[in-house]
Amino acid sequence: MSKHLISIHDFSKEEILRVLSLAAEFEKNPSRPIFSDKVVASIFFEPSTRTRLSFETAANRLGARVIGFSDAGNTSVTKGETLKDTIKMVSNYADLIVMRHPLEGSARYASEVSSVPVINAGDGANQHPSQTLLDLYSILKTQGTLENLKINMVGDLKYGRTVHSLLQAMSHFNPTFRFTSPEELKMPAEYKEFLRERGIPYEESFSLEDGISDTDILYMTRVQRERFTDAIEYERVKNIYSLQGSMLSETRPNMKILHPLPRINEIAQDVDNSEHAYYFEQAGNGVYTRMAIITILLGVNQI
Amino acid sequence: MEKHLKVSAIKNGTVLDHIPADQLFKVIDILGLSRSENQITFGTNLESKLLGKKSIIKISDKYFEDNEINRIALIAPQAKINIIQNFEVVEKRVLSVPSQIRGIARCMNPACITNHQPIETIFTTVEGSDELKLLCHYCEKVTDEKNLKIISNF
Repeated sequence: MSKHLISIHDFSKEEILRVLSLAAEFEKNPSRPIFSDKVVASIFFEPSTRTRLSFETAANRLGARVIGFSDAGNTSVTKGETLKDTIKMVSNYADLIVMRHPLEGSARYASEVSSVPVINAGDGANQHPSQTLLDLYSILKTQGTLENLKINMVGDLKYGRTVHSLLQAMSHFNPTFRFTSPEELKMPAEYKEFLRERGIPYEESFSLEDGISDTDILYMTRVQRERFTDAIEYERVKNIYSLQGSMLSETRPNMKILHPLPRINEIAQDVDNSEHAYYFEQAGNGVYTRMAIITILLGVNQI
Repeated sequence: MEKHLKVSAIKNGTVLDHIPADQLFKVIDILGLSRSENQITFGTNLESKLLGKKSIIKISDKYFEDNEINRIALIAPQAKINIIQNFEVVEKRVLSVPSQIRGIARCMNPACITNHQPIETIFTTVEGSDELKLLCHYCEKVTDEKNLKIISNF
């Protein structure tokens, strides 16, 4: 079993499935104070609402005490402390570290200098593996299986780290993909090559209407302003997709709409009441999934 | 016409020939030659049919390990390595790019942690491509040949 969770491709198919089955146990009974003797450090060098609260809720439900900071502004980082020194210090205090950091590769580096397990809660535009695991959990829960599903990814497929990680994780389960994006935000060639090597079929579309009736999962993403270096390019594509309630009439009954949130205009409010909308439940699943990740990294495989 | 050597022959040691002229000082950097106690002679902007302008370095009484010499494959893949004993070439070595590269190249991703904190870079070379591509161990981004920058350590 991996000691850290840094990148989704660090976890084998078996490890992914173990996290998901443990998450299902936690969902049945979320109050499991099995780590009342443990301290979890939650260190967020850049702001986050959902991820931080969800990890801290998970740690609290497991009975662990949480220390940390939600903004590097009040810490020795402002005095010029290196990440290495911060991690060396924190790993002397805590039994596990949950870290978000704006620089890419920071989590991998932290895992190399830490004496305790590190969970990557987002390293810039690179990886956010707990999001991927909760996406998988949501897919499994709504579809009853991860195998042989049709997945339509929509929006920013170029910069969106969640779609890249989900693509890699789903590659274990014989999926079929559709990539819906404007020309500027297409799925990068390296990921299409990854699919070709594994014989996984995919199609690329521009229109959101294409294939909407023939998909099990509609994975919507926000076009993130912070990932663009070119403001004009951002303005051109920011409102390109907007899913409306009226577009859902021909969809499969089992079809669910996922979104890593926050959403802006890409899903209209009238979709929220549809039986296909699943994004708020998806966020709720984050707590169970993160309880499972913490539990496994602290060396407990069964509860 | 008699052929004159622009850089005189050495009795024993290593000759690095066919280095692109503009890469000479980087090669010197990477091999740490500025700290070497050995006799070193070099020439640059010499005429070359192959490269237009080339450089050559001759290092007396020095023989490199493969992993040492392969470091220069990143910037001078067509360089020829000749091992000299008693003024004769006794061995020609071909460079091959190592599968893992530590601390020589810089990651092209400006948001990579290695460009902000004192961390040695680690890359694996991406197989199955004609072009040199280095996958960063930290940020997982690929640095290609045209964006390759060598870190000067010496």
